[in-house]
Amino acid sequence: MSPVNFVYLAAVLFAIGAATVLLRRNAIMAFMGVELMLNAANLTLVAFSRMVGGIEGQIMAFFVMVVAAAEVVVGLAIIIAVSRARQSISLDEPSELKG
Amino acid sequence: MLSVTWLLIAVPLASFLVLMLAGRRADAWGHWLGVAASSVVALIGIGAFFQMLGRDAESRSESVRLFTWISGGDLQVDAGLLVDQLSLTFVLLVTIVGALIHVYSVAYMENDPRRRMFFAYLNLFIAAMLLLVLADSYLLLFVGWEGVGLASYLLIGFWNHKPENATAANKAFVVNRTGDFGLIVAMAIMFTQFGSVSFADVLGGADGASTAVLTAIGLTLLLAATGKSAQFPLQSWLGDAMAGPTPVSALIHAATMVTAGVYLVVRSGAIYEATDDARLVVAIVGAITLILGAIIGSAKDDIKKVLAASTMSQIGYMMLAAGLGPIGYIFAIFHLVTNGFFKAGMFLGAGSVMHAMKDQVDMRRFGALRTAMVTTWITFGLGWLAILGVPPLSGFWSKDKIIELAFVGEGWQPWVFGLTALIGAGITAFYMSRLFFMTFHGKARWTDEQHPHESPLLMTVPMMVLAVGSAFLGLFLAAGNRFQNWLEPVTGTSGELEPVLAVPVLITLTLALVAAGVALAYWMYWRNDVPTEAPPPSLAVLAARNDMFQDSVNRAVFQIPGTHLTRTLVYADAALVDGAVNKQATGIAAFGEASRRFQSGKVRSYALLMLLGFLVLASIIVVGG
Repeated sequence: MSPVNFVYLAAVLFAIGAATVLLRRNAIMAFMGVELMLNAANLTLVAFSRMVGGIEGQIMAFFVMVVAAAEVVVGLAIIIAVSRARQSISLDEPSELKG
Repeated sequence: MLSVTWLLIAVPLASFLVLMLAGRRADAWGHWLGVAASSVVALIGIGAFFQMLGRDAESRSESVRLFTWISGGDLQVDAGLLVDQLSLTFVLLVTIVGALIHVYSVAYMENDPRRRMFFAYLNLFIAAMLLLVLADSYLLLFVGWEGVGLASYLLIGFWNHKPENATAANKAFVVNRTGDFGLIVAMAIMFTQFGSVSFADVLGGADGASTAVLTAIGLTLLLAATGKSAQFPLQSWLGDAMAGPTPVSALIHAATMVTAGVYLVVRSGAIYEATDDARLVVAIVGAITLILGAIIGSAKDDIKKVLAASTMSQIGYMMLAAGLGPIGYIFAIFHLVTNGFFKAGMFLGAGSVMHAMKDQVDMRRFGALRTAMVTTWITFGLGWLAILGVPPLSGFWSKDKIIELAFVGEGWQPWVFGLTALIGAGITAFYMSRLFFMTFHGKARWTDEQHPHESPLLMTVPMMVLAVGSAFLGLFLAAGNRFQNWLEPVTGTSGELEPVLAVPVLITLTLALVAAGVALAYWMYWRNDVPTEAPPPSLAVLAARNDMFQDSVNRAVFQIPGTHLTRTLVYADAALVDGAVNKQATGIAAFGEASRRFQSGKVRSYALLMLLGFLVLASIIVVGG
């Protein structure tokens, strides 16, 4: 199977993730969309790594996983804090950042 | 004794601080502390004088270095005192006349609740004035110069519950600052030219400097002198300064502070020696002022304002003399000393009259006070004869000598200056006799509630001492050329000078004019009745009563254009400078306002924007790359 199919798959996954982030009001869902986009990027990295023949892309994918794990911890903590404060995890309600 | 000259400044300053800090606790004894401080400095001054007399003429000048004052790069200024014949002459005048006036003020200000403050200010004045005359650099002199200006301001406005007194104080302050500007500029020129502002460096280096620079220094110093000494064109403040209590007028605005300008010119003699142009301007200023003051004095009805105009005029004589070279310096100072005595004496006499007449100053309401106030009459009379220049009283020895000196020279100058001084003497005789006759002779024109009485001894004794000085000081100092020999090492000398008219002719002419002035005054104000209301004035009298319209001139020439200029500048500042800055700020605010719309606070719209931005960047890379 040609590695280029993985790139197509990654593009589809990324589009789904982006659509999730943009369209879902639920913060958890949006968060999962973000994860989906990250993993799509990982998949792209690995696929290109195979196509080129080096291992730099794969190493980079590991880094992204570690960073993503850290990001999940922080992101979930924020979401829990917001849900405790507002009894809601809707993304449209908080407007403290409005300029 | 000379090494403790710093005490001359420290003692009155300490007394000033005590009086200011002690508050009401000092009300009971504050005035005596002031008297004690001024008497102590008078004794120190006299002691220093006798110590100096014991030395050779060459070794009399002595510098006392106190401490390093300013140490800034190229500018090194030490605070030091210069004790020489000139400064010691001033020390004696200031401390002795000052001490007498302190004593007088104890009685004069007796019923004033703020008498303690009055004495504090007087002591401040003594300290500042002594600093002014003892300083060994222009910068330290400037400190004293400003100090006396401050004391003058505080004392003119001492009764500042009346708005016009406060206004008079402000006027004196502002006009004096105009003059101070000249002194500051002069010091700046000195620093660039000589790298120093000490008397030793500047006056010692005057020979090496270019004439243009020296003329500039001379003229700026003259501007300072005109401000402080109420000379044309900065003379307008002195008449209003009479709003202060009369002892202040006697001490500050007749005997000492107003003569500081003459001191400045004489002290800077080495500069004026090297520049004939600046010296000529000094003489012209003096001549204009002496005639201007005499004319104004002839028309005023306020006894203190007549004396103020007379002070202006007499200082005009001194300035004129100072513009005539080294011998002129000596007689400028000589006249300054004798004038200090007889003018202070007459001011104290005027204060005594006001004391007796319930603070009335209108001479049209006086008359026939001779019988009621014999001591005042005699002491004032001696001052009057002295200022007239009647031999052998003090004024004769100083003023007539200045008239003679004014006739020395070549071309038009001796005639113009000499005749001005001569005519000035005649007008002086007229207005001083007018004052004397209107006050002490003729018919009584008192209002009903006035019951004139002689003043207490505390007031009359200082008047007597000053009257003795007015009578005999000139003779004493002129005998054997004492004063001339005393000052010559400082000022230098001009050698023998021949006036364009013979001296006996000049003396006769002067005395004849003086006699004519007295006779005219006698006819108008003693023989004939003086109306209690001023008669409608002719144009000339109207001008003189209004100080020759000096306030109107100042307003038209300086104040109104100045106001317009500042308004224009304020407008330009608002429109151009502020305008540019404000427009920038408005632009940035508008940009911020526009970008604010993107900060909706909606997480998902941020995400959308990020995605759009990413797509834009990606398409640029794909298309462009």
